[in-house]
Amino acid sequence: MSLEFTSSEMMSVTAARALTSEMTCFVGIGLPSEAANLARLTHAPDITLIYESGTLQTRPDVLPLSIGDGELCQSALTTVSVPEMFRYWLQGGHISVGFLGTAQIDRYANLNTTLIGDYRAPKVRLPGGGGAPEIATNAKEVFITLKHSKRTFVKDVDFLTTVGFGRDGKARDNVPNIGRGPTVVITDLCVLKPDPETRELVVHQLHPGVTREDVINATGWEIRFADELGTTPAPTAKELEILRSLKARTDAHHAGQH
Amino acid sequence: MADFLSLREAVSKHIHDGDTVAMEGFTHLIPFAAGHEVIRQKKRDLTLIRMTPDLVYDQMIGAGCAKKLIFSWGGNPGVGSLHRLRDALENDWPNSIEILEHSHAAMACAYDAGAAGLPFAVLRGYIGSDLPKVNDQIEFIDCPFTGERLAAVRSVRPDVAVIHAQRADRNGNVLIEGIVGIQKEVVLAASRSIVTVEEIVDDLNAGVNACVLPSWAITAIAEAPKGASPSYALGYYDRDNAFYKDWDGIARDREAFQAWMKANVFEKGAA
Repeated sequence: MSLEFTSSEMMSVTAARALTSEMTCFVGIGLPSEAANLARLTHAPDITLIYESGTLQTRPDVLPLSIGDGELCQSALTTVSVPEMFRYWLQGGHISVGFLGTAQIDRYANLNTTLIGDYRAPKVRLPGGGGAPEIATNAKEVFITLKHSKRTFVKDVDFLTTVGFGRDGKARDNVPNIGRGPTVVITDLCVLKPDPETRELVVHQLHPGVTREDVINATGWEIRFADELGTTPAPTAKELEILRSLKARTDAHHAGQH
Repeated sequence: MADFLSLREAVSKHIHDGDTVAMEGFTHLIPFAAGHEVIRQKKRDLTLIRMTPDLVYDQMIGAGCAKKLIFSWGGNPGVGSLHRLRDALENDWPNSIEILEHSHAAMACAYDAGAAGLPFAVLRGYIGSDLPKVNDQIEFIDCPFTGERLAAVRSVRPDVAVIHAQRADRNGNVLIEGIVGIQKEVVLAASRSIVTVEEIVDDLNAGVNACVLPSWAITAIAEAPKGASPSYALGYYDRDNAFYKDWDGIARDREAFQAWMKANVFEKGAA
């Protein structure tokens, strides 16, 4: 029996499956937060979720709209100050996975959340770095999730806000005391991983119903595919049910707050 | 000891044109009432510092209070852009503003160094990022003990800190609960401070390790019930997430923004 699901649902479910109960995950707002909480509500009940607002080991019932909603604090084990969060818990080496979204990504998994165009005369000004620049280097590894399009997957980012592997793929070489960097990128079309030698992103799995041409047409560089290209398992009925009820709960909660 | 003032008096007495002002509160306890009073008093040429400018600085920038913004994440959380900030940066409306941007970690460290009386902070940060190319307050130094290359950022030492808290006692001691953010650091880093509170009470009922700012570390206290709305005050009211979503439509259009400001800020006086 085949289930109906959207490409966004496919992306969230696949991103959630990358997480396990053993992980301590520093969670970005938006898609990463949706995936991390889906993981906690399905196969990874003991995962430790940490948000940059200072909420340690939090278990929100609805997805927060902001990184510091009251829900995060009230369902957390404890809440620490922002400097303590970044200095002790992140820089101190307690985070196994940093889970980030982004506006733009390039072939070396560098992220741009700063602007499109020239710095002094931006065409589109984006929010900026936030926690990401240090999450990307101080977490032991980094997962990234974003929607796949020519606008988001570019050969070189306009502005390098947060390092993947740098403009030449070598930015992490010989830098002491930092994490491995991005190990997986999950989109609504596929799963990509950096090449172990060149660090360039390579497609490892296509989601059900997605073709190589779909990915090629949505990527701003000549994208490579792994020799053994897999197909991502479709979402299960249980995963879809939990994701949809989480989103319905969240929408009802945020709409009813005036 | 802190002076108890009305919000109007506190802003008039302690915030001047040209000051460097840091109004903090990380998503929680954002001092909106104080920001609106700054707008009503038409303060100009302010250097505004906040990790997350949020709606409060979007409003102040749109109202023409700012000449410079120092920040680390300038979006409407979970919604999208701050359209008044973007209009200032992309189209110089209502005036051009300079920006200096950091990462959260660096800015948290810069406040922390300011509170500690140090000229700069050190962190393992900005590796591989373009941010040091556009921000002259970021340098790299070698650790004198290990040789590791680390980032150094100039500390934040504002003229005035403004925060909102749950309550003060009658001696002016202040209790902050929940997401405490960077509030203690910004008050201690600044030359002067204004703290708005939900209420003034006889007894703070603070736990032994609670985040309490003593009266003698604060310049002025003003009572401002619902003073953090549409952000929230834990134990008093929730974040108005629906308003944060509505703001996207209001702020996208200059006229809609001005009409909203007229009805909700200029025609509403502070106590």
